[in-house]
Amino acid sequence: MEKRVTFGRWTIGILFAVPQLLLIFTFFYWPAGQAVYWSLTLQQPWGGGNIWVGLDNFRSILSNADYWNSITASLVFAATSTGLAMVIALVLAALTDRQLAGSWLYRVVLIWPYGIAAPALAMAFRFILAPEAGFMAVVNKVWPGFWDPGLDGADAMASVIIAFSWKYVGYNFIFFLAAFQAIPRSLIEAAAMDGSGVIRRFRDIQFPLITPTIFFLLVINITESFQDSFGIVDIMTAGGPANATNLMVYKIYSDGFKGLDYSGAAAQSIILMLLIIALTIVQFRFIERRVHYR
Amino acid sequence: MASITIRGVKKNYAKTQVVHGVDLDFASGEFVVILGPSGCGKSTLLRMIAGLEEISDGTIAIDGTVVNKLEPRERGCAMVFQNYALYPHMSVAQNIGYSLKVAGVPIAERTQRIQAVARVLELEHLLDRKPMALSGGQRQRVAMGRAMIREPKVFLFDEPLSNLDAKLRVQMRSEIRKLHRRLNATSVFVTHDQVEAMTLADRLVVMNGGRVEQVGTPAEVYSRPASRFVATFVGAPAMNMLEGEVTLDGISLLGGSRKLNVSRSGLAVGAKVEVGIRPEAVRMAAPGTPGAVAATVDLIEELGAGRVIYVDLDGAPFSVVTSETVHPEPGSTIGLQFAESDLHFFSSETGGRLDVFKASVPERTLQG
Repeated sequence: MEKRVTFGRWTIGILFAVPQLLLIFTFFYWPAGQAVYWSLTLQQPWGGGNIWVGLDNFRSILSNADYWNSITASLVFAATSTGLAMVIALVLAALTDRQLAGSWLYRVVLIWPYGIAAPALAMAFRFILAPEAGFMAVVNKVWPGFWDPGLDGADAMASVIIAFSWKYVGYNFIFFLAAFQAIPRSLIEAAAMDGSGVIRRFRDIQFPLITPTIFFLLVINITESFQDSFGIVDIMTAGGPANATNLMVYKIYSDGFKGLDYSGAAAQSIILMLLIIALTIVQFRFIERRVHYR
Repeated sequence: MASITIRGVKKNYAKTQVVHGVDLDFASGEFVVILGPSGCGKSTLLRMIAGLEEISDGTIAIDGTVVNKLEPRERGCAMVFQNYALYPHMSVAQNIGYSLKVAGVPIAERTQRIQAVARVLELEHLLDRKPMALSGGQRQRVAMGRAMIREPKVFLFDEPLSNLDAKLRVQMRSEIRKLHRRLNATSVFVTHDQVEAMTLADRLVVMNGGRVEQVGTPAEVYSRPASRFVATFVGAPAMNMLEGEVTLDGISLLGGSRKLNVSRSGLAVGAKVEVGIRPEAVRMAAPGTPGAVAATVDLIEELGAGRVIYVDLDGAPFSVVTSETVHPEPGSTIGLQFAESDLHFFSSETGGRLDVFKASVPERTLQG
């Protein structure tokens, strides 16, 4: 029987919930509601009220090739950076799990990147990946014109992906390592007794047992890649060159605050929100089925 | 079937040594139980045989082949783990058949062998279930099936019954015994439960503090414990131990309040000894009976078929097991009798057994 706390009067229960409800309302539902309202109106850039325009904002955005380009770039960014950050973290965690000496050090060191603010991190990577100095300059000397994120859209996209993945490798690593460590050692030993080698054990035993963590990180990484990429893009490429890295979240900012198209930006943020919701639903519907919860 | 030869095996973890040079020989088809308190190195020894722990020093050979550097899968051992270690994401059939799948056995043969094992263990109706949906006893049987299906040369059991309730433990114990008779594979069974050890073993290895204290049949170990440790560890309730000192004409016990007339003592006068007697070997008598020692009753534990009577013998705790239907009141005085041949003597210094009554011990002229 589940143990429950009961209140004599329902008002006491409500009182306990009020701080949390207030927070959620103030910082999520209210702004989200405002965004929905703005997206259906035309906002004057200099103030002075807004005009109801229905779905016109959405129509104009969705008929704009630039916007579709931004969606494509965002999807490419999300898929690649999530894939990269998760695979690298998984490999690192699997290796760390086997040799535990000093793993506390990895744990501490690898969580730091996640604690670095995106713009600071982007600034570092801007220097690291600069075409005219440092490592990439050497590469460019061997193959002239090989690398220039300022000119080549693909290079710019790669830079942004590398910076973002670097930040999330540490985050993912912590979760993966914890998941590996949660697998009872005797299971691995039993598999070893059953004749299973290292790779086979990983495939047959460890991987299936960490699927809940993989799934959780997949949802988080994809969601974050749509939102947390802003600071990195802003510092490293500012959406360029030629809109190659103009991800949805960055376009909302540049259209809204640089282009002063508040209503269009509001509509874009509604679309982004719907896209993330849709992707999360898809993941829960189709991928979660393959997850083995213990 | 395979014999196991263990020579000078040691195990160190960083700076601490947990197994201090063990030499053992297990014959082919034998059921050996390694008994000892937790932390005595028995599981470590088993895991070294399995290949799950590196052997720091010495050699382990299975069927004459030294296996020190072989991977677990190359040693032909199967192991049943204490917590069963079933793969939680696989069905019972997949769990049992996993080793065959790894070995690349065709699916038709695999299915057939899984069925055969399931029939023996009465698991046929559970093959599609996940381990989560099984009871403790069923999980235990699946773990056994997983070991059996490989038809291993050696079966290793790492306290496999300690997670079961008392009734199931007794049942599984006899099932393991039957299974062994049927498969006749060399089996090494590790436990800290002495009843389990006594009932299962062909031969018992008693370990303590990383060393082997005694090897022998359960009856030998019970009737002639090689050390003070074995004497008190095997048997329940534990053997009574009384401190004594060798005197000119025997042994004085309990600080001189009692005297034991040992006729053929091979010990120097003044040597400290411990005299042991099993609670089962003590008989109760009416207080004042000639030859009986008086003791005060402290507590009685009712066991149904008999009872354990804890008494105070001149300040030393002492216990008696009796099947007589006597119910002495706590606080009352009773008499205790025992035969000299039931006494065990151990050196206080080394803890080793002293064969005081053994005829071969040369009679020494006592000095003093």
